[in-house]
Amino acid sequence: MDWLLQQLINGLALGSIYALIALGYTMVYGVLRFINFAHADVLMLGAYAAYFVAPAVSSVVPLPSLTGAILVSLISVIICAGIGILIEFLAYRPLRKRPRLTVLITAIGVSLFIEFTCQHSAVFGADTKPFPKLLPEHDFHLGKLVVSSNDLVVVVTTLLLLAGLWFIVQRTKMGTAMRAVSHNQQAAALMGININRIISFTFGLGSALAAIAGILYAMKAPGIDPLMGVQPGLRAFIAAVLGGIGNLPGAALGGLILGLLETFAGGISGLSNYRDGIAFGILILILLFKPAGLLGKATVEKV
Amino acid sequence: MSHPLLKLDHATIRFGGLTAVSKFNLEVQPCELIGLIGPNGAGKTTAFNMITGVYQATEGTIHLNGRCIAGVKPHELTSQGISRTFQNIRLFGSLSVIDNVRAAMQLHCKHGMSASLWRGARFKAHEKEVENRALELLDIFKLADTRDEEAKSLPYGDQRRLEIVRALATKPKLLLLDEPAAGMNPTEKEELMHLIRFIKDKFQIAVMLVEHDMTVVMGICERIAVLEYGVKIAEGTPDQIQRDPKVIAAYLGTEVQKEAPIDA
Amino acid sequence: MSSSPAFLNGAKRWLLVGIVLAAVVSMFSGQFNRYHLGVIVDIGINIILAVSLNLINGHTGQFSLGHAGFMAVGGYTAAKISLVVSPMLPPALQPLLFLGALIAGGLLAALAGFGVGVPSLRLKGDYLAIVTLGFGEIIRVIVQNMEAVGAASGLKGIPKYTTLGWTFGLAAVTIYFVTSLVNSTYGRGFIAVSDDEVAASSMGINPVRYKVTAFVTGAFFAGIAGGLYAHHKQFLSPTGFDFLKSIDIVVMVILGGMGRTAGVVVAAILLTLLPEVLRQFSEYRMIIYSLLIIILMMARPQGLFTWNRKKGAA
Repeated sequence: MDWLLQQLINGLALGSIYALIALGYTMVYGVLRFINFAHADVLMLGAYAAYFVAPAVSSVVPLPSLTGAILVSLISVIICAGIGILIEFLAYRPLRKRPRLTVLITAIGVSLFIEFTCQHSAVFGADTKPFPKLLPEHDFHLGKLVVSSNDLVVVVTTLLLLAGLWFIVQRTKMGTAMRAVSHNQQAAALMGININRIISFTFGLGSALAAIAGILYAMKAPGIDPLMGVQPGLRAFIAAVLGGIGNLPGAALGGLILGLLETFAGGISGLSNYRDGIAFGILILILLFKPAGLLGKATVEKV
Repeated sequence: MSHPLLKLDHATIRFGGLTAVSKFNLEVQPCELIGLIGPNGAGKTTAFNMITGVYQATEGTIHLNGRCIAGVKPHELTSQGISRTFQNIRLFGSLSVIDNVRAAMQLHCKHGMSASLWRGARFKAHEKEVENRALELLDIFKLADTRDEEAKSLPYGDQRRLEIVRALATKPKLLLLDEPAAGMNPTEKEELMHLIRFIKDKFQIAVMLVEHDMTVVMGICERIAVLEYGVKIAEGTPDQIQRDPKVIAAYLGTEVQKEAPIDA
Repeated sequence: MSSSPAFLNGAKRWLLVGIVLAAVVSMFSGQFNRYHLGVIVDIGINIILAVSLNLINGHTGQFSLGHAGFMAVGGYTAAKISLVVSPMLPPALQPLLFLGALIAGGLLAALAGFGVGVPSLRLKGDYLAIVTLGFGEIIRVIVQNMEAVGAASGLKGIPKYTTLGWTFGLAAVTIYFVTSLVNSTYGRGFIAVSDDEVAASSMGINPVRYKVTAFVTGAFFAGIAGGLYAHHKQFLSPTGFDFLKSIDIVVMVILGGMGRTAGVVVAAILLTLLPEVLRQFSEYRMIIYSLLIIILMMARPQGLFTWNRKKGAA
């Protein structure tokens, strides 16, 4: 029982991070209908931004501290949002009218480009770097359960961000425009919505979430390296598809399911080596029965 | 005893709460030319999709040659003698004109994968035969000259006619034409009417068409069924249909029908 | 050219010419520098991979990101068979063993292709891409944990059976197979399904059958390529069949122009040579490669060598 609860807590923390990343995939898919493979790399860049910003910040605000952590995250978020917007502007915007396959391959190209460039010794180098401590850490003991402060931070941050995102998408003018673009780009343009601005905004928003996810992930990981985004990115991307790509609650749900599954599978000896396989296996199974994902709407082709 | 070629018995289809076609009864005899008309959104194309197996009827039955078609896949129905064209043209865009027709002959192709690989004498003879038949059909529709052009580069009217040729290539007993005259000019429409009558007689097939152009429908159909909001409101000869008050009401508005309540 | 019987007559002749040429050139393999010979065999293997993926992604319009998975199935199967059987056979019978191992690998990969083809019937576009990508990863994970094939440390000491003759002979067979298949009344169904599935099924074409056939056939040849690769490198490790390898093959198909076999062959040659040319800039090699993908997609998304299909032999 304790074991189960413990895994539940760990799974929730991991799942929250996946959910944050999955939201970025799903938002971009919503407006542009393609899977932004480079999203996982923005996550990595978020962690690196924090890595480089932290020493500078610590000269003003001492680290680890809440204010310091917020300041570091804020700066990283701004940097990553800028990178996200830049990627869209340089690589995807010229391909707006092209077949989706072309854009998909371009996205893979962009992802590889960022990964290989960052691995170069003149950039970040391929080695693992220790991630600075941003927040004081403490383990809470509840009976036999151990809850680390980091896990709590992850879950709380995710909840806050989800609420914020919900507010933006449902209650603001920008969010309404985003939904309009996602529904029908042409009609939205005819209604006077500046499509390019909305798409840039979506990329910025998604990348901002990725930056925070990257920092949260790095806080739990032993260190950061240029390929650190690949694994969580892949899982998050499965999560987004699992939930029904293009669907925001679906992405959050998919992220949680995947985080939980991974923790439970990892806790069972013999299964842990197959974790990646299991994640994909479940995805394939679900898609067989619900081809549009758990919360996605199946579209019937008009004949 | 002989069956009608096609028999719809209370065929109904619902999408969620919407009943697109309701209790549709219809019989089509071999070699008949029948029209299906009705205002926009009346369920004509949906009825076509039901008959061709693209959608499954929620209630009621559809029989083709006395055999129930519930659960039969579109491609199997084609092999049982139904073929169709589409309202929004759906040619094989990257194939040439003749290859569009040849692709549709795959159904009656006597060889499969192994023959395509071995390419023996029989294979070649058969391929030649397929090519000749495709050219023959294209010739009827005066499309033989465009044989090597990409289908999607043809002018609109030619694309519509090519769709008919392609449908004929499957050797149907019942040909469903979904708005064949859409986007055609009066001369082309006139030619089309001749062609439809001609192919019906030459290939001895039944033709059922959905069409908005009344000149075409009244000009060639032997019998017409009228749908409104998914319900068949009339059936009869063109003369009968033209005089039917319900049909007039459906097309011109409800004021004509005094007993009908007028909702604000 | 499908309309001209003269070409059809020539088709089998070209196949024969290809195989004989491969065999003859292979006899002079000793004259080549070992490095060059290695690269040439790599080219042949990539041609098989790209042309077979082209049947799935190009002609049939599906989108598979898991071709490396099929390659892995074929490679590991063939390698394991020859590792077990070769010590028991006299040298004269080794080529026969190789052929048997390759075919066994191809068949098992075809079976895997069937397994992927079936879910593909319900999925389209991105979803299909994800499922095939996932499938490739599942295979990699399974291999990584399978002691019988060396698990994560890989399979070593595979006999060096792959020669230039075998590789290009089989590449000729693959090209012939895919080209003749598509250039027939039966095979036009693949393209029809790719162009418009609804219309195809209304014309009596069974999309299910064509899609599964494409996956099974494509996987079979990917499996053969895997077998050749195994007996060429003499060492297999699960990382050799990761997502990047699948992407490599997809890029070859796109670069060559989807559904255009000749273009895809040229693209396979160019993209095999490219990393070799960039070897002296090894630090920047992958950066340049990824940049090239992006630039290509922007400048010529339809492929480098597009000409009108109506005249080209698929």
